[in-house]
Amino acid sequence: MKNSLFTSSLVLLFVMAILLAGCTQQNAATVVEGNAAEQAYVAPGEYDEFYAFMSGGFSGQITAYGLPSGRLLKEIPVFSLCPENGYGFSEESKPMFNTSYGSVPWDDSHHIELSQTDGEFDGRWLFVNGNNTPRIARIDLTTFETVEIIEIPDVAGLHCAPFITENSEYLVSGTRFSVPIPQADVPIASFKENFKGLINYVAVAPETGEMSLAFQIEMPGFNYDLARNGKGKSHGWSFLTTYNSEQAYTLLEVNASQKDKDLLAIVNWKKAEEYYKAGRGKQRATSYYHNLIDENSGIAASTEMKTTTILNPMELPGMVYFIPVPKSPHGCDVDPTGEYIVGNGKLSADMSIYSFDKLMAAIEAKNFDGDIKGIPVLNYEAGLHGILKKPGLGPLHTEFDGKGSAYTTFFISSEVVKWDVEKLEILDRQSTFYSPGHLVIPGGETKKPFGKYLVAMNKITKDRYLPTGPELAHSAQLFDISGDKMKLILDFPTKGEPHYAQALPASLVQPNTKKFYPIENNTHPYAALGEGQAKVVKTGNEVHVYMTAIRSHLAPDNIEGINMGDVVYFHLTNLEQDWDVPHGFAIQGANNAELLVMPGQTKTLKWEPVRPGVFAFYCTDFCSALHQEMSGYVRVSPKGSDVKLMWGLNNENKDEETLREMIK
Amino acid sequence: MRIHFFLRALTVLSLTCWLAVGCTGSEGGSSQTSSAPAAAPSPPASPKGIGEVKNVTLTDPLEESMLVSGKAIYDMKCSGCHKLTDQRVVGPGWAGVTNRRRPEWVMNMVTNVDVMLDEDPVAQKMLEECLTRMPNQRVSIGDARALLEFMRKNDMEQVGSKDEATK
Repeated sequence: MKNSLFTSSLVLLFVMAILLAGCTQQNAATVVEGNAAEQAYVAPGEYDEFYAFMSGGFSGQITAYGLPSGRLLKEIPVFSLCPENGYGFSEESKPMFNTSYGSVPWDDSHHIELSQTDGEFDGRWLFVNGNNTPRIARIDLTTFETVEIIEIPDVAGLHCAPFITENSEYLVSGTRFSVPIPQADVPIASFKENFKGLINYVAVAPETGEMSLAFQIEMPGFNYDLARNGKGKSHGWSFLTTYNSEQAYTLLEVNASQKDKDLLAIVNWKKAEEYYKAGRGKQRATSYYHNLIDENSGIAASTEMKTTTILNPMELPGMVYFIPVPKSPHGCDVDPTGEYIVGNGKLSADMSIYSFDKLMAAIEAKNFDGDIKGIPVLNYEAGLHGILKKPGLGPLHTEFDGKGSAYTTFFISSEVVKWDVEKLEILDRQSTFYSPGHLVIPGGETKKPFGKYLVAMNKITKDRYLPTGPELAHSAQLFDISGDKMKLILDFPTKGEPHYAQALPASLVQPNTKKFYPIENNTHPYAALGEGQAKVVKTGNEVHVYMTAIRSHLAPDNIEGINMGDVVYFHLTNLEQDWDVPHGFAIQGANNAELLVMPGQTKTLKWEPVRPGVFAFYCTDFCSALHQEMSGYVRVSPKGSDVKLMWGLNNENKDEETLREMIK
Repeated sequence: MRIHFFLRALTVLSLTCWLAVGCTGSEGGSSQTSSAPAAAPSPPASPKGIGEVKNVTLTDPLEESMLVSGKAIYDMKCSGCHKLTDQRVVGPGWAGVTNRRRPEWVMNMVTNVDVMLDEDPVAQKMLEECLTRMPNQRVSIGDARALLEFMRKNDMEQVGSKDEATK
């Protein structure tokens, strides 16, 4: 009886909740009008106009979406293991997770940066930061695969990363959490004395995209949050927001919000580069890892680097300046002309917009209000273009449409506000559902934005979709910004928590897409380049299976002579040269994952049998009509058995003696 | 027993799906087939197949350098499915192929496989027998010529004659 009462009240509550949710949904839906569906509709078989790459936040990965449809095209594994295709589990990709802390198989991916040439996206590479164990990754946009990860030494929380310069010369990053540098066992209360920050410059090789740590600038122990590099007239400069100039180390939500203003760091990186090249930096011993995949073998090499170059602004003048920025700033964005720098003080009622010309004039005239640890602090008014009065609550990030307008997200008041950069006038505001963090306009941080669409990435989803329990997918909202007023045209769920995204025309990526790896170029040491090379080699207890896959069989598919205690490496070469024909490999009881092997590639799964018997392996990717037949058996005998090592296909079994005969 | 039947049905279903996908999914060619008026009689099939290869001049003796590269390509890209004897595994065995097919047909099959499987009646008949679409292995025309030379040598070794299809 009690139970039934309880159930009834639950049902009632649930109905009420649904009705309530229904109400809010309807309210939100009234925002959508006219031919919105038509604008977001991409007919079956047709392509989207833009690729949008979204970071995954706590998923550690990246997702590629099509715009305007909001269709998910691919999830690219970057900083987190991916058992779905074996990334981080295959012997080839394991070294990608090497760091000075050992293998770190997860991270928190935040900011997408596409490579640029002359301030415009060139569609070659994509960079993204790992926030937790500081790293930067590079994704090759011909394959949509992570090909390189570099660790950034001596920093903590690489949130402020990896912002690119207009010719992809450098990726700038800064430490979010100041820490003792180099690390030391000191009381936390000695923050002011012992804790420091670093601003890092990673160089990008123009031809290959390969990253290398060039130099690090030692900074006061503040929290470096976000950055942008100058473009056009301001090329050669970086702008970084900092919060916690109070240097609080406990209850930051109160103690780091005491001052009326924090600081914007202004770095003359061309000057820093000069100092670096002139040998004015100091070498310091450290440890960080650089992991790089060789395209032809598909194998990641991991190298420990042991020194870093530190540039100290106290000794090297003209390299770094500060200017005050209102209360706990977050985003820092540079307009397409390179003249205006927007500082979003998230706890401030107004937004400060700086003028590059005025900043330069203030530096020239030494219009300083003192210094912090030898770094001159520019007079706030002297560098200011103007103030955007009361635009909303909680400004976070700004992008541009290339037609003189800026678009800023307001987290607290849940809206996107469009405003005129030159005149500092508010032009339009539209609600988002709910609490947007970043936003993206295709090309919106470059010299030539494409305008047309804006995607707000919302932190709160609540009632936007059918409920899925306590955890909901984050919501993205697509606006048409081609007219005077922004128009909401589509909602779509996203994976993980996209912090930032960048979008570019499909025409910059689509023609370069790689459809297969030419097998002639496969230099993997365990590749079987043709079925005739399929074999099993046993040395001591180490067994290497050189296996091939082609529709619809694996060779060899019968293996005997494996004993308990053997460590078996299955090296699977996909002999196909056709688009969209990966083969998979899974074996019962594997304690790691499966493999997906692209046409022309070789990948390796390590297997240590746990009991004697006959175990099945099979292709996991439905590849052909006879996919179900694409399987085989491996026999495992007790330790010390004298079962002869044999392998074969179609009863053409071979053993080592026969093979030797054949080679003769 | 029931499960077995279910699996069989599944296989047939997946087979059907796969064939359908194969037809529409291939690059080029297929759209021509589907857009052609249904009533129009199809032109008689060319024994040379469909593709860029229109005329091949065969020479004797066999050219040694082509035999070497032809074998290397066979080992890497073809041997998984084609035996050098007359045994069919995934695809037909190669023994006597130059006696059955003209050199142009062979080279077009290797270099233009999707169109051949969609439009050439001989290739289509073989697909019905083998039930696995021959994959596009990205063999250039020059390499296909080398493969042909290797086939001619193989035919002499396996069946004692070659090039009968051109005579």
